[in-house]
Amino acid sequence: MSNHLLSLAIWIPILAGLIVLATGGDRNAPLARILALLGAVAGFVVTLPLWAGFDIAKAGMQFEELSTWIPRFNINYHLGVDGISMLFVVLNAFITIIVVAAGWEVIEKKVAQYNAAFLIMSGLMNGIFTSLDGVLFYVFFEASLIPLYLIIGVWGGPNRVYAAFKFFLYTLFGSLLFLIALLYLFIESGGSFSILQWHQTPLTLTAQIWLFLAFLVAFAVKVPMWPVHTWLPDAHVEAPTGGSIVLAAIALKLGAYGFLRFSLPIAPDASQELSTLVVALSLIAVVYIGFVALVQADMKKLVAYSSIAHMGFVTLGFFMFSAMGIEGALVQMISHGFVSGAMFFCIGVMYDRVHSRQIADYGGVVNTMPKFAALFMLFSMANAGLPATSGFVGEFMVILGAVKYNFWVAFAAASSMIMGAAYTLWMYKRVIFGDVANEHVAELSDINMREFAILGVLAACTLWMGLYPQPFTEVMHASVNELLRHVAASKIPM
Amino acid sequence: MFDHFVVPKLMPAAPEIFLATMALLILFIDLVVKDSRRSLTYLATQGTLLALLVWRGAPYLAAIAGNNPEALSEVSEIVYTFSNMFVLDLMADLLKLFLYATVMVVLFYSRNYLLDRETLNKGEYYVLTLFATLGMMVMISANHFVTIYIGLELLSLSLYAMVAMNRDSVVSTEAAMKYFVLGALASGFLLYGMSMIYGATGTLEITGVSERLMGGNVNKGVLIFGLVFLVAGLAFKLGVVPFHMWIPDVYHGAPTSVTLLIGSAPKLAAFAIVMRLLVNGLITLAVDWQQMLIVLSVLSMAIGNLAAIAQTNLKRMLAYSAISHMGFMLLGITTGVLSVPGGMLDARPALNAYSSAMFYVIAYVLMTAGTFGMILMMARAGFEADELDDFKGLNQRSPWFAGIMLMLMFSMAGVPFFVGFFAKFSVLEAVVASGQYWLAIVAVLFSLIGAFYYLRVVKLMYFDAPTNPAPLEAGMDMRILISANGLAVALFGIFPQTIMSLCAYALLRSL
Repeated sequence: MSNHLLSLAIWIPILAGLIVLATGGDRNAPLARILALLGAVAGFVVTLPLWAGFDIAKAGMQFEELSTWIPRFNINYHLGVDGISMLFVVLNAFITIIVVAAGWEVIEKKVAQYNAAFLIMSGLMNGIFTSLDGVLFYVFFEASLIPLYLIIGVWGGPNRVYAAFKFFLYTLFGSLLFLIALLYLFIESGGSFSILQWHQTPLTLTAQIWLFLAFLVAFAVKVPMWPVHTWLPDAHVEAPTGGSIVLAAIALKLGAYGFLRFSLPIAPDASQELSTLVVALSLIAVVYIGFVALVQADMKKLVAYSSIAHMGFVTLGFFMFSAMGIEGALVQMISHGFVSGAMFFCIGVMYDRVHSRQIADYGGVVNTMPKFAALFMLFSMANAGLPATSGFVGEFMVILGAVKYNFWVAFAAASSMIMGAAYTLWMYKRVIFGDVANEHVAELSDINMREFAILGVLAACTLWMGLYPQPFTEVMHASVNELLRHVAASKIPM
Repeated sequence: MFDHFVVPKLMPAAPEIFLATMALLILFIDLVVKDSRRSLTYLATQGTLLALLVWRGAPYLAAIAGNNPEALSEVSEIVYTFSNMFVLDLMADLLKLFLYATVMVVLFYSRNYLLDRETLNKGEYYVLTLFATLGMMVMISANHFVTIYIGLELLSLSLYAMVAMNRDSVVSTEAAMKYFVLGALASGFLLYGMSMIYGATGTLEITGVSERLMGGNVNKGVLIFGLVFLVAGLAFKLGVVPFHMWIPDVYHGAPTSVTLLIGSAPKLAAFAIVMRLLVNGLITLAVDWQQMLIVLSVLSMAIGNLAAIAQTNLKRMLAYSAISHMGFMLLGITTGVLSVPGGMLDARPALNAYSSAMFYVIAYVLMTAGTFGMILMMARAGFEADELDDFKGLNQRSPWFAGIMLMLMFSMAGVPFFVGFFAKFSVLEAVVASGQYWLAIVAVLFSLIGAFYYLRVVKLMYFDAPTNPAPLEAGMDMRILISANGLAVALFGIFPQTIMSLCAYALLRSL
């Protein structure tokens, strides 16, 4: 049983999704919701032993599973987690519950398909985080586009078709070049798709640079990094609340995870060589996108841009090649999963009542929704990186790492904390405080039990991680140190 | 003078002989049955194909079930007969097996469509289908220029007639005319090329041509001249740019059931004659024909994918998509031997490349059959369901079949977990293995463009409201087979190993 935990984490949600799909039309909507929740909870429960049973002293893969899949191309069904990927599996399973709960009363049309899409996507994303075979990874990576494409397109806003196409084609573009890189590695490594074996394959610097660039395109689109970030605000604005939560909390992490699993260990010399490029792009994301976020009139767009800025922190942390930077970035990724998920949910709560996401349509919400305003406050603060919230830990670690790397890089990165505070809190002020802006706001009812429960759980996670981040960081140490040791050694054949 | 007359070995051609006999028998039976009993013709046709399928398929089933390729030893010898004009090898046998299955599925899908349309539901329809099948079988097993030509003409003439069968339709008649004229031109090209090569080598036998070329001392100028015409003729038959003009018109104009036939099974045969002529016969000229095929392939992917975007008619869109798919398939054949310095044929990379192309063709036929099957299922008497807009809101009318179509479309676009992905994957692997990275990049970029119009079909089905909210009507048999076809696309996408290794093994034993 314990040997197949990862398979269970992948296939339970997918199976649950198919069962939910089988409930059919909206006549059975209540049943579909309950089954979806059960599936999501079951999917979460099987991931808990991963964390509980994780050996923090081990740097290598744990809970490994290996069986042949397509011997014709030596492709294996090879799963495993290390300190880098394990937490994302748990986070993903956790967010799936939030998403199912978030759409409980809100989604009234095609309920079964809605929930099934999220469950199937959750399973596919667990597959991405746990695959140790290049093709298996790619298959999950690309297949996960399908449910999100449908989620945006079917349940999205007025401009959903454009956003869905843009999302799909942008990410497909990145992943197709990635596929060629995988095939190249297959040939170079003498016929293996094992990612772990690729980590050991010697490669010339030229080959590494090409591979690195192919990886960069694939992952930069997914992260997204400036300048290939433009699909994200569109996708976020048009997606339903659940779609935005998954997109921000999990889907963006896939790209960043790819850097750690592919770019750094497979092309370490090219990573060192081109780190300046990535650092520069990250800083542009952090600073420039911060300014862009400041002027947004649409709340979802604002949070979307803030996500890009936060992910800029993550890629910045990776490419300074210090344990502090990488661990900080990983913490930032998990924290961002909670915080951005909660932010999008908060916006969804208001949108469900007023049917507008424009900041200008709000004002004085605190008068009618005090409980909501308090929780929203917490998440806004976390988004701005206030100490004692999870948002602070990651950013602080990355900045500490950056000081060692280069003072001016650290300076620019730190300035973004001010930017983050500016755009988040200014939005908060305009939406929540002040006089009651119009009759819509006056008619608002405060959050119900379901919404309170969702926000409460997320708030607890945010504070837990902010006050006591050790359970999160201790699992990373061994794997991150091993990664750094690996990156420091050249792979160029003598 | 009869001393030298030897009765040729008939067994290798037994399936062809059986099919020809049955076709003639069915032609006769159909003559005497009344219109109301026409089902008999249909059943006899399907029975013939089923008999072939069971007869030839049994060893494969045993081999797959036992995971033991030795079970195929009986059929895996290369046997020549009819004075080396006809060859039976594992590749031929396997392709024919897929051919029987495809034609059976095609006829099955067409059943209700034909019943709704009196002008089409004639005995000739079935007999012509059988003759077309026979033609394809002969093409697949040809080891002689004349055999190829006979098979090709048998196929083409049957198809011309079938396209024109709906004789009161202006579009169909026009399509048939175009098909006929361009097809005849292509046959002319092919014959001209063959005659040139005959002139240079002094033989019409494909293996003989190969031997003469290996021996050297052949007029290269005449040979290359012949090769150009040969490749042009093949390109016509495959429907790749710049010889693709007939494809959209014929796909669009022909009755959908005939389009399904043209779009599926002949691709298997076309793959076979490309292999026979270029690989079995002219492998020594590989460097020359590879250049030509690369150009054809890249152009096909470009024009096919770009033009498909502009279509509003699903059949036309699928026609352009067929062009791009054939271009992609050619990539596999193209990269066959380039990787080897010195131009000598090395079996392993070549085998990978050819078997990837073969897998691609089989996967493509599976997807195409399903897609046209969907159109046929949605069609009614007097309503063709071939406009893209006819698929609007299908998810509300029938979530199940929208799901099936979704799988088919994503498979065509090459997205996992569907068979189309592994088809593209294996061809790309061959391209990358040959070191032509730029070609791989071009291929994936055009796939990206291609994804757009497949996504659009999904968009119509899922994001848009239906123009006609009535639920889908279709017979249970049709529903089951379409579902099976769609699920097969997913199943072979998750477990592609069986077909992949069958293709590889078949080519290993045939080259």
